[in-house]
Amino acid sequence: MSLLADLFFQFALLFCVAFGGASALLPEMHRVVVLEKHWLDDATFTHLYAIAQAAPGPNGLVVSLIGWEVAGVPGALAASLGMVLPTGIMIYLLMQHWHRFAGARWQQSVQLGVAPLAVGLVFAAAFLIGQAAGFGWGGVLLAGLTAAALLKTKWHPLWLIGLGGVAGLLGWV
Amino acid sequence: MPEAGAQDQPGGGGGDSPAPVTCRQLFLGFSSVGISGFGGVLPFARRMLVEERRWLTAEEFNSLLGLCQFLPGPNVANLSIAVGSRYQGIRGAIAAVTGLFGGPLLIVLLLGLLYDRYGQLPQVQGLLRGVAAVGCGLLFGTALRMGLALQVKRLFLPFTLAVFVAVALLRWPMPIVMVALLALAAGVAYAHLKRKGAP
Repeated sequence: MSLLADLFFQFALLFCVAFGGASALLPEMHRVVVLEKHWLDDATFTHLYAIAQAAPGPNGLVVSLIGWEVAGVPGALAASLGMVLPTGIMIYLLMQHWHRFAGARWQQSVQLGVAPLAVGLVFAAAFLIGQAAGFGWGGVLLAGLTAAALLKTKWHPLWLIGLGGVAGLLGWV
Repeated sequence: MPEAGAQDQPGGGGGDSPAPVTCRQLFLGFSSVGISGFGGVLPFARRMLVEERRWLTAEEFNSLLGLCQFLPGPNVANLSIAVGSRYQGIRGAIAAVTGLFGGPLLIVLLLGLLYDRYGQLPQVQGLLRGVAAVGCGLLFGTALRMGLALQVKRLFLPFTLAVFVAVALLRWPMPIVMVALLALAAGVAYAHLKRKGAP
């Protein structure tokens, strides 16, 4: 029971500072789940991230997978609820009052100020996934090509994920 | 605070109240979004809400998304809660967010079961490493794209760098880093907006 409560509270706390969505939270998830709590090792963390990436659904699903790996189905539910509940309640309560402060200067300031932080977090997520996976030259090259394809082409990411899976199966990464 | 004027209130335009949307429709609508969203569901959410089912106008969508991105948390889950609660209160919010996560959760847990059984095979490990490398590249590309879209880069790029160093290299706890840097960055933004004379 205490493990489930811990899962719930760790993810609830995490998502209270998750500006920029679930991807921006990967570095902190890694810090808490791997370095602090030792619930998973580096390799499993990377694998679960890859599975969530390859499956349909919101990016936050990696949280459910982590919960599942740590404590089975109850763990998945506890972690998912931790992710959705605190900010969900916030949104629900704020919906009625948003129009009062939308457009106010302090609200614009926060919105302008939070954007560069979110960018830094997503860079950190890319860096830490690469580090946790311990990619060789093949992996680094594949990641670089993927980033270039994302920026320069209109290919659907799913094709890139498929290609990555094939490259990995062939042992190139 | 007294009642503000309603002229730029989202959803206030036209004066017609939104057509009733049932919990069942909310659940099914967001289920379709969750299942079809590979690599981020936001584009699919927009298509379902604005173009297919017309539960929101384009402006209402932008305004609601602004609120969801302004607040922490999983953005699309927040969006589903906002839309669900608008039509059916708490029950609608629960129906929408359960729809969004239900299907994908089942799929991902099935994949997790397979991983537990076959995850030790070298082929599976190779496959997942390949997918993780692409995921890493997607994150990097997304970050670059977001960085290029930043406003007033000379003021705000240092904050991007500071977050990266604190979180990725020093491994400081993110809640502390975010609260401290957000206060600073919002302060800089406030001064900047004031100088520009924005309303």
